[in-house]
Amino acid sequence: MANLGPEEMVINIGPQHPSTHGVLRLEIISDGEIVKEVVPHMGYLHRCFEKHAESMNYGKTIPFTDRMDYLASMNNSHAFVMGVERMLGIDKQIPKRIEYIRVLVCELNRIASHLIAIGTYGIDIGAFTPFMWCFRDREHIMNMLEWASGSRMLYNYIWVGGLFYDLPVGFEERCKEFIDYFKPKLVELDELLTNNQIFISRTANVGVLPLEVAINYGCSGPMLRASGLKWDLRRVDEYSAYPEIEFDIPIGKGEMGAKGDCWDRYKVRVDEIVESVKIIEQCLERLQKELKRTPDFDPRGFVPKKVSPKAQDYYIRAENPKGELGFYFITDGRSDIPKRVKARAPSFNNLSVLPELSKNILIADLIAILGSIDIVLGEVDR
Amino acid sequence: MELTVIKDILLSKFGQECIVDEELQGLQPALIIHEDYIVRVCTELKENKETWFDFLSCISGVDYGEEGFGVVYHLASIPYKTQLTLKVKLANIREESQLPKIESVSSVWRTAEWHERETYDLMGIFFDKHPDLRRILLPDDWQGYPLRKDYKDAELYHGIPIK
Repeated sequence: MANLGPEEMVINIGPQHPSTHGVLRLEIISDGEIVKEVVPHMGYLHRCFEKHAESMNYGKTIPFTDRMDYLASMNNSHAFVMGVERMLGIDKQIPKRIEYIRVLVCELNRIASHLIAIGTYGIDIGAFTPFMWCFRDREHIMNMLEWASGSRMLYNYIWVGGLFYDLPVGFEERCKEFIDYFKPKLVELDELLTNNQIFISRTANVGVLPLEVAINYGCSGPMLRASGLKWDLRRVDEYSAYPEIEFDIPIGKGEMGAKGDCWDRYKVRVDEIVESVKIIEQCLERLQKELKRTPDFDPRGFVPKKVSPKAQDYYIRAENPKGELGFYFITDGRSDIPKRVKARAPSFNNLSVLPELSKNILIADLIAILGSIDIVLGEVDR
Repeated sequence: MELTVIKDILLSKFGQECIVDEELQGLQPALIIHEDYIVRVCTELKENKETWFDFLSCISGVDYGEEGFGVVYHLASIPYKTQLTLKVKLANIREESQLPKIESVSSVWRTAEWHERETYDLMGIFFDKHPDLRRILLPDDWQGYPLRKDYKDAELYHGIPIK
């Protein structure tokens, strides 16, 4: 900071700025319109998730995981719950219907999260309409998940060994209706934003992230896939009901510019929504046929009375909409409270590449790059 | 990739003292590495095309209480789709003027830079040769390391009662 050049100036973007997607402060050393260096400052939303998790039992921690990536709460609790179930050794006994409901709600939540990413990305670079359209469609998902869990954003729906409730009667039909409504909307979105020349000019060849840099910085999820690597933990780790489901892994191809640019990251998310729609259709198909709701089905039938895994440590990773979400547990085998829980947040690692991507670029491009990373500050700061 | 193969590679390269112990019980076996060897071991695991652990998933600082501190590294290999856990045990030093110390692996994986800043911030483990070791989540003037088991939260912050 002391070695500023004669034309250089320090500018802060945030912590209260719409383009930072939350309370993130970017300290920029700028030379006119050129960004020389970016130093991100975070922690404004730090809520000591790890310390809390060490002081209460596993069931009580699930609502805290919902509050990490609050745009994809289902995916967070799914990862956490899977880790605990594997430590207990009950992960193979979970009824198929429960696994399919979990995948169904997770994929609905993934679509909701990507819709926010796309909508706010449009607004970051000046396109207002996609934002309204994405929020309109996301509202349907919010309503459905509220119907199932009783809460709009922070669900506490997936429990260790089961679910809070079975799906309400008529949910599958309502979901099918939504999918039929939503598919043409995706085509409209493509016309409006994906192939929009202004949007392409703002994002193609901007913030190009080469694959080896992405791996070196621990980027995961759409960030990594946009750089051209087929790496999706749903396929790599084959967890939950995913091995039985058909879907593709979209990757960045450099269609509009260089591979791994902002447009590719955006496009990977759009394509992932299409894949999630496919997954949801297959889940509904099975939930309506062989895994039908029966009167004696109890979603809490396998919920253990006391969750106390034997002494071990275990690292679980799962594919969150933002990337690899990991939980590292250390248990002592005596109590139902873990000794240590560490959360590996995908947004935290994806954000760490920002200073590398933003050397000698325009300030306007910095906003485009930051939007394409798709961070959630609740997860960066935990 | 079997753990024994990885072990053999490390032992033949660095000799007996690089691996202190191993944990084979549990779902994920782990190697306990001597603290002086961590950077060399990590470089070898990343560069060697037989192991190829090119992705660092996570670094966690752990307070084991009486037994001291530890740092746990979770590595993943994208080409082989394998995972590996490395652990380092550090001395039980709890004086304010002196922190448990280990060399930084940020020269091996750049992502370690932020992970180590977080571990330093919350657990109070000093990473030697780290390019920019500052607090990351807590304010710069924070006292103490909250994730330690003996952490007592302060009564005041800048003269403001917080209890």
